[in-house]
Amino acid sequence: MMLCKLSLKNIKKSFKDYTIYFFTLILGVAIFYVFNAIDSQTVLLQTKQSTYDIIELMTQTLSAVSVFVSFILGFLIIYASRFLIKRRNKEFAIYMTLGMSKRKISTILFIETIAIGILSLGIGLGVGIILSQLMSLLVANMFEADMTNFAFTFSKSALVKTIIYFGIMYLLVMIFNTIQVSRCKLIDLINSSKKSEKVKIKNPVLCTIVFLMASVILGYCYYRVSVPDGASTLTVDQIGIIIGLGSLSTFLIFWSLSGLILRIVQSIHKVYYKGLNSFILRQISSKINTTVFSMTVICLMLFVTICVLSSSLSIKNSMTANLQELAPADIELTKKRNIPKELQKEYGYTDGQIESSYKTISETLKELKIDEDKYLKDQATIHVYTDSTVTYEATMGENITSMKARYPYLDYTSPEIIVKLSEYNQVAEMFGNETFTLEDDQYMIIGDYESMVMLRNEALELGTPLTIFGKTLTPKYSEVKHGFIEMSSNHITDGIIVVPDSVVTVSDDSPQIEYEYMVANYRANDDKTREEIEEVFANPELNDLYPDVTLDGITKISIYDASVGLGAMITFIGLYLGIIFLISSAAILALKELSESVDNYTRYNMLRRIGATEKQLNKALFKQIAIFFLFPLALAIIHSIFGIKFCIFLLETFGKEQMLASVSMTMIFLILIYGGYFLITYYCSKNIIKEKRV
Amino acid sequence: MSQILKITNIEKYYGNRSNLTKAIDGISFDVEEGEFVAIMGASGSGKTTLLNCISTIDRVTSGHIFVAGEDITKLKGNKLNKYRSHELGVIFQDFNLLDTLTAYENIALALSIQNTKVGEISKRVNEVARKLDIQDVLQKYPYQMSGGQKQRVASARAIITNPKLVLADEPTGALDSKSSKMLLESFHYLNTEFKTTILMVTHDAFTASYASRVIFIKDGKIFNEIRKGDQGRKEFFDKIIDVVTLLGGDLNDAL
Repeated sequence: MMLCKLSLKNIKKSFKDYTIYFFTLILGVAIFYVFNAIDSQTVLLQTKQSTYDIIELMTQTLSAVSVFVSFILGFLIIYASRFLIKRRNKEFAIYMTLGMSKRKISTILFIETIAIGILSLGIGLGVGIILSQLMSLLVANMFEADMTNFAFTFSKSALVKTIIYFGIMYLLVMIFNTIQVSRCKLIDLINSSKKSEKVKIKNPVLCTIVFLMASVILGYCYYRVSVPDGASTLTVDQIGIIIGLGSLSTFLIFWSLSGLILRIVQSIHKVYYKGLNSFILRQISSKINTTVFSMTVICLMLFVTICVLSSSLSIKNSMTANLQELAPADIELTKKRNIPKELQKEYGYTDGQIESSYKTISETLKELKIDEDKYLKDQATIHVYTDSTVTYEATMGENITSMKARYPYLDYTSPEIIVKLSEYNQVAEMFGNETFTLEDDQYMIIGDYESMVMLRNEALELGTPLTIFGKTLTPKYSEVKHGFIEMSSNHITDGIIVVPDSVVTVSDDSPQIEYEYMVANYRANDDKTREEIEEVFANPELNDLYPDVTLDGITKISIYDASVGLGAMITFIGLYLGIIFLISSAAILALKELSESVDNYTRYNMLRRIGATEKQLNKALFKQIAIFFLFPLALAIIHSIFGIKFCIFLLETFGKEQMLASVSMTMIFLILIYGGYFLITYYCSKNIIKEKRV
Repeated sequence: MSQILKITNIEKYYGNRSNLTKAIDGISFDVEEGEFVAIMGASGSGKTTLLNCISTIDRVTSGHIFVAGEDITKLKGNKLNKYRSHELGVIFQDFNLLDTLTAYENIALALSIQNTKVGEISKRVNEVARKLDIQDVLQKYPYQMSGGQKQRVASARAIITNPKLVLADEPTGALDSKSSKMLLESFHYLNTEFKTTILMVTHDAFTASYASRVIFIKDGKIFNEIRKGDQGRKEFFDKIIDVVTLLGGDLNDAL
């Protein structure tokens, strides 16, 4: 009973020290709940069947991510509680000199952990339930769901899950606490506050060398990921090496800078001996000196946060923007055409499929008993031809040797796609793309997948001639023109060769016709009829009824639904991870700063006694904390500039037009959370160093 | 000689009406410029409270303290800090050096707080280091110095701003006898050569014997006051011991 009283009084007394810890726990619980409760949002329950599958996938992914998140939070909580125990060495020493057993001290900590756990879970879940209502707005906005039927939601499964996950974390904390207490020696506890800090001085020459070395390594990493040609040749192993090198050099930079900055500023007497600057600098450098490792981890976490948040937001934004452009027609039907008998074995086609592949799309629709004229309008048909002599190797021309050296993984023997100019123009008109004219001996290439476009431009600039179906053609333009023939949610057209109609002299049943596409709009004036026609074409029974038909298709509505779902999923995961990473890194920094508040109190009080004004002291404290927070952030931002460049390259197919908006969104998150932690730390520290009048 | 410190009838009470402790109960005295005054008393006699009131760390309940004609009990906020940094130099029993700074930087800090120019800072730090014979420890950190060296660095920090009054709170409390003697010699040197006004609180008769005047405090009141005059330090020490015997009680234990 006495122990219980002692623990509760301790919590009350040290609430100031616990503020950040408590705040972080509540935030962690709340966010955990919110993201696990997404699937029970009422707005989601009312969305269409097509979106429902992607929501299922999203929920599964989010719960997998939750496991990862719980690991991060678990480490954070254990780390934080170890910090708080260290601060209380003196208190434990008193207990022990009074004859309290270690087991009893552990019991005190045990009760404290339970009390804090229950309190933080309770408040955190409360906050989470409220936040999750706000989340509904975001969810509804993403899935474009109807908000009129909005109701207060509460997810029991998410609640139980949160309690179980955090329960396990708190249990681990208790175990760690017990281990730590059992290891304590009374003499160390008593002397812990008397230890005066030893200033480790690093060899400035060594620091300079290490710093330069680390900068060179980092520069190399930046170069490798941001130079467009370089980035696309990276293999997974190489990326791993770059990440490893980058992390190592980050560590080395922090290690060397902590010694160097002091030296540099010290040599500028005008700055160093101005006001409390010498004091501030020493404070910071001693802190960074002892926290090089955590600084590195925090910097890398911030880096990942910035990249993940801005890429995920950008993917979502770009996807929505792309849809207008990339899925302009209601439906596009695709048919594999003219499969030669010889390939039957190799690819496992049935006889029926081969027979069906010789029919046009219109004929096939009749066979499927779909009335083309009743449902469709504005039809445009385009055939895709191949010529086995026209491969990447041929179109790349003289560049091929250097290209092969740079991109050994491309398949250079695969045949290129060839279309007729008249057919292409028809489709282009339908899609709202530019139409072209060609002389009889000219060809051109269209595409929209940027890194391939860049490769092709090099070949086109050389005027590489091509022999297609026996005719030699020269390129009309020295660059790839923008366009595509397949509707999709992304920019994936890596290159289509457009030739004059006269060049294509193949018969209708030639195996050189690979595919036939039909682009069309629905004969509908309102959403309801459009949905009805969609049902006719997207009817899943058709596949079972006519297994031999090689007809495939994609509709605007299906692209839209898939893309919205995928976009939402990526956004949620990005937000989830980003926020957790941000909280963790900011919390570690804040705890580090506050844990030294006692040392700081004596130091600031000394300054006060020798006549420093309150204004000077507060300014010094502000600078000290601000620099401590900014230091890892600054390097993380530099990292991110190049990291985001690499992300843009990776996510090229999604489009990068929206990067600016998403980077600004990321910055807002960063300022809110990181800045929030900074301010709380500052005000708590300010409170601690306040003069205590006797 | 002008008056540096004038204390008129100050009182300091702790606690509430039912349980009142009079830490200082009507003390008045003056300190002239260039004097070296020691205040002696047993623990609990109110001597540290007195010093805290003069250094404005604590506030008096009633009465006035004038430093160079200004009533410091009325000071507030930045004026208070200005008083601390410009008019006062304080030396503490536990040195109060910043452990993250070198001796040089610790001393320089007192000047840079006043926004002194950099060129002047280095000139003055070296000058004061020569006076106190600590040139060779200037680049060391507190943990690399002996107690005596630390206290002389702290003294250097206290006098570098040319304060009107140097307050020393048990300056020899944490020092061995050899270091104490060296420090007191330094105080004596500063007092006689540079006319530094020093007000020192101690319970050690030997330490007090370096002063030119000793004020004895008992239960918050002035008990006695003796001056050194022309006599030697030895005789003065014997006289102090006489008063201490007269005071009786626990001050004897402190010897």
